[in-house]
Amino acid sequence: MNLSTLTVHEAQDLLGRGETTSVELTEAVLARIEAVDETVKAYVTVTVEQARAQAQAADARRAQDGADAPPLLGIPAAIKDVINTKGVRTTCSSRMLENYIPPYDATVMQKLNAQGSVLVGKTNMDEFAMGSSTEHSAFFTTRNPWDTDRVPGGSSGGSAAAVAADEAVFSLGSDTGGSIRQPAALCGVVGMKPTYGRVSRYGLVAFASSLDQIGPFTKDVTDCAIVLEAICGQDPKDATSAPEVVPAWREAMKQDVRGLRIGVPREYFGEGTDPAVEESVREAIDQMMALGVEVEDVSLPHTDHALATYYIIAPAEASANLARYDGIRYGHAAQDAESMWEAYSRTRGEGFGSEVKRRILVGTHALSSGYYDAYYLKAQKVRTLIAADFQQAFEWVDAIVSPTSATVAFKIGERIDDPISMYLSDLYTLPGNVAGLPGISLPCGLADGLPIGLQFVGKPFEESTLLRLAFAYEQASGVRYTPALA
Amino acid sequence: MATAVTEKYRTVIGLEFHVQLLTESKMFCACSAQYAANPPNTVVCPVCLGLPGALPVINEKVIECIVMTGMALNSQIPEFAKFDRKNYPYPDLPKGYQISQFDLPFCIEGHLTLDEEDGGRTIGITRVHQEEDTAKSTHVTAASGERYSLVDFNRSGVPLMEVVTEPDIASPEEAAAFGRKLRQIVRYLGISTGNMEDGAMRCDANISVWPADAPLGDIKVEVKNMNSFRAVERALYFEQERQTRILESGNDTRVTETRGWVETSGETVSQRTKEEAHDYRYFPEPDLPPLQLSREWIEGVREKLPELPAAKKERFMAEFDLSDYDASLLTQSRDLADYFEAASAGAKNAKAVANWMSRNLLQRLNESGSEIGDCKISPDALAEMILMIESGAISNRMAQEVFDQMFDTGKSAKVIVKEQGLAQISDEDELAGIVATVIAENPAAVQDFNQGKKRAIGFLVGQVMKATRGKANPGIVNQKLQEALRQD
Amino acid sequence: MTDSEGSDSISRADVQHVANLARLALSAEEEERFQHQLSAVFEHFQKLSALDTEQIPPTAQVIPLKNVMRPDTVEPSLAEQDVLANAPDREGDQFRVRAILDF
Repeated sequence: MNLSTLTVHEAQDLLGRGETTSVELTEAVLARIEAVDETVKAYVTVTVEQARAQAQAADARRAQDGADAPPLLGIPAAIKDVINTKGVRTTCSSRMLENYIPPYDATVMQKLNAQGSVLVGKTNMDEFAMGSSTEHSAFFTTRNPWDTDRVPGGSSGGSAAAVAADEAVFSLGSDTGGSIRQPAALCGVVGMKPTYGRVSRYGLVAFASSLDQIGPFTKDVTDCAIVLEAICGQDPKDATSAPEVVPAWREAMKQDVRGLRIGVPREYFGEGTDPAVEESVREAIDQMMALGVEVEDVSLPHTDHALATYYIIAPAEASANLARYDGIRYGHAAQDAESMWEAYSRTRGEGFGSEVKRRILVGTHALSSGYYDAYYLKAQKVRTLIAADFQQAFEWVDAIVSPTSATVAFKIGERIDDPISMYLSDLYTLPGNVAGLPGISLPCGLADGLPIGLQFVGKPFEESTLLRLAFAYEQASGVRYTPALA
Repeated sequence: MATAVTEKYRTVIGLEFHVQLLTESKMFCACSAQYAANPPNTVVCPVCLGLPGALPVINEKVIECIVMTGMALNSQIPEFAKFDRKNYPYPDLPKGYQISQFDLPFCIEGHLTLDEEDGGRTIGITRVHQEEDTAKSTHVTAASGERYSLVDFNRSGVPLMEVVTEPDIASPEEAAAFGRKLRQIVRYLGISTGNMEDGAMRCDANISVWPADAPLGDIKVEVKNMNSFRAVERALYFEQERQTRILESGNDTRVTETRGWVETSGETVSQRTKEEAHDYRYFPEPDLPPLQLSREWIEGVREKLPELPAAKKERFMAEFDLSDYDASLLTQSRDLADYFEAASAGAKNAKAVANWMSRNLLQRLNESGSEIGDCKISPDALAEMILMIESGAISNRMAQEVFDQMFDTGKSAKVIVKEQGLAQISDEDELAGIVATVIAENPAAVQDFNQGKKRAIGFLVGQVMKATRGKANPGIVNQKLQEALRQD
Repeated sequence: MTDSEGSDSISRADVQHVANLARLALSAEEEERFQHQLSAVFEHFQKLSALDTEQIPPTAQVIPLKNVMRPDTVEPSLAEQDVLANAPDREGDQFRVRAILDF
């Protein structure tokens, strides 16, 4: 058996019974990275030495803790390069931060470190999390382990590909408009964006502060519950983190789904949705019915406006969030500038890639004098309408079901020059961010050998319901999706 | 400028004050707010250094200070307040935006009434809101002639409060008086040192001059860089004159602009920029949930409000029967007023305390350039000295000398009197003996007195004083002399 | 919607103005490209103007949190060596920048 293919809970069992060690498990994952990452290119940085040291420490701690060992003790994890890791380069896949070494850990890293998980590396992404394919990484494009000519999705493409290719047992990503769920779907793994406020954003490099949320990529739903329990909870350092209690999801997800109601929005499955994707998702819905889940027609009337709303709000917030990159305290600094302002502008002109520049320009324009009401304020109002749509739907149903992405993984280069068609990749996911709702994506089939993602979006802080639905489906389908990567 | 010209125009002034708040920690992080007391870049953290991923959390004390100020300025405290990002890139602003308040500040629609001696007018307060301070940059010219700047982020994120007045102020004198009054209030509240000199309180002014009989135009000149209230007054006076001269010329060439006050040359200089007007792109701060202050919270703050200068002055006049002048003087600062009340309680004679404070203590403090807090004479010590005067242990004249020594050394009146043998001789038998000797030795003066030259008694008193080296109780000496002379 | 050659509702001057506000140096080629792309994007945003939102309050944050504050207490700051470790240019214990001149 290759240890790198283990899930978190399988690894836990073996470690707990003393049948393997964290050192063995970590070495297997590092060997797998060594073997396939040249092809997959999931990682920006592999932290070999640190991983080995942490694995040894984890084994020592397990000898002490015994049965009280925390669930993630000794488990190798990959972290999206937008989450601050103290002493480990955190680049956001940008020239701007190519050599930036943070002096502090994000709260999620403190939580993982407290459990004793092992950091194997930092994963590639679209620059500053802006994109849906990792093609906007300043360094390289990550490959989809199912077909290396295709994108893994994005922006957390590296984190999704790492888990799909067994280069990590689990990983963390961030989701602003679908950046966890869409790559999870395209790479055939489980990905969840928790409710806005569930996970501390302290130490997550901000893209769009009112939309960003950290979440896990895992090989199955059980692992998703385990990792979620580890990273959620209110943080005094993040004023927008919610005081809600963190449930024991690993138990809660096993509850029978009979009687739960899921809604299929009549505005979904429109033009642009791949028929193979639709067919697969509809089959999954039928399967849910067979499990005793009631399926309802619902309406989300402002679906058509979600894209514009999102692409005003996110760039507006980003234009301010990215103002701090001025080449003074850290990051790229332009050389030989004549004046302070020239240094400023050239630092930013050289340090940011096209997509980031484009969004800064869009956001700045949307907020600027004379345009604020027409764009930014308007989008905030439509945001109210979109959130109200969901609220209304949730009076009838416990969750919304849909494809995660309208298509399977597309070819590298296919959409790079067409921002709007790229933005359409997130059509099913971004309304969830706009309304702050939790969403989970899990594989529900293949089309031409490429994974298809099934998405459930739920009520605020009702991750339990999503995990129940996803776990029930996963158990019923009984398929484990593994790419045939050499 | 001739009175006729002055009366032809009216001056319209609005002020903006930035007040640094005295908190332990910064506005949005737990770094110490003691920025000046620490070496450069040592009280900074991911939040106030604007590192990627850091998030702000509101310091509750700051909100308390601002709401308290709003109450002292008779403002409305709206139920709902929020924070906004004010975007402008600058090297001393680590996030590239400042977290401030745009449309929903903590305090609105207040007013402050000036003292009678400052004209007694009521000035409207538009708003009081939260801001955060910037880093400090120092400009360097190297020996090679190369110019660059150094940035210290210690001050970054220190809490500021901005107070904005309505354009109700009509003269440079009134502007300075308003500033002093506001400073007095923030000091009373204990929320700021209010020192203009070290930047703990900063003042910008908008000023425009218009023909008295015409509607106001929309040009205004913002004046910056004024580091004292005297500078505020001088700069605004200069600007008032400058604008009046332009109007007098018949060709109004004024533009809306920012002008800097140059202390050394005593003039304002245009700081106009080639950049277009700032576009701050305010939008709601997504990292901070809004505040909805409960009635209990607000009332809790109101309970912490100390007695304010105006109320205290009224009370001193009523309770201690002080003159308007003395009451104003003694309520200048909360420390001074507290000193007065403590000394009065000890001496049981507020009038005497007021006299000693206004005539002696404040003068000595002024001369030495120190504050009441530095004074070596405690309120109890002053009270003790006054009691000693009343009991006759020392004369008023001796007390002057004793007071000066108390001020210089911090010793008590009792100790000084004892060490230097200054105690007044009030023993009647002893004084009767000395008086008898003086009468015996000065028959000429006694004769003058008996012949109706009543003034001769002064000479005799002087002789008693001389004999006792000034320690004799003058009242008793007088009485004994009268007795002895009558017997003659 | 994917027409990047569409009508240019955003002018070249608009792009330059916004780039200046954002302190972002753009090449002539970028200005040209972004002008077309922004035009297409903002044309898509026109979609929102069809909605009547007169009576709709704006949403800035999705969670109904309020009054999140911390007590006024001091905690340790960053270690000194960490503060300037990433500085592109420094002099002693300060960050060095090109001469800051007033706007």
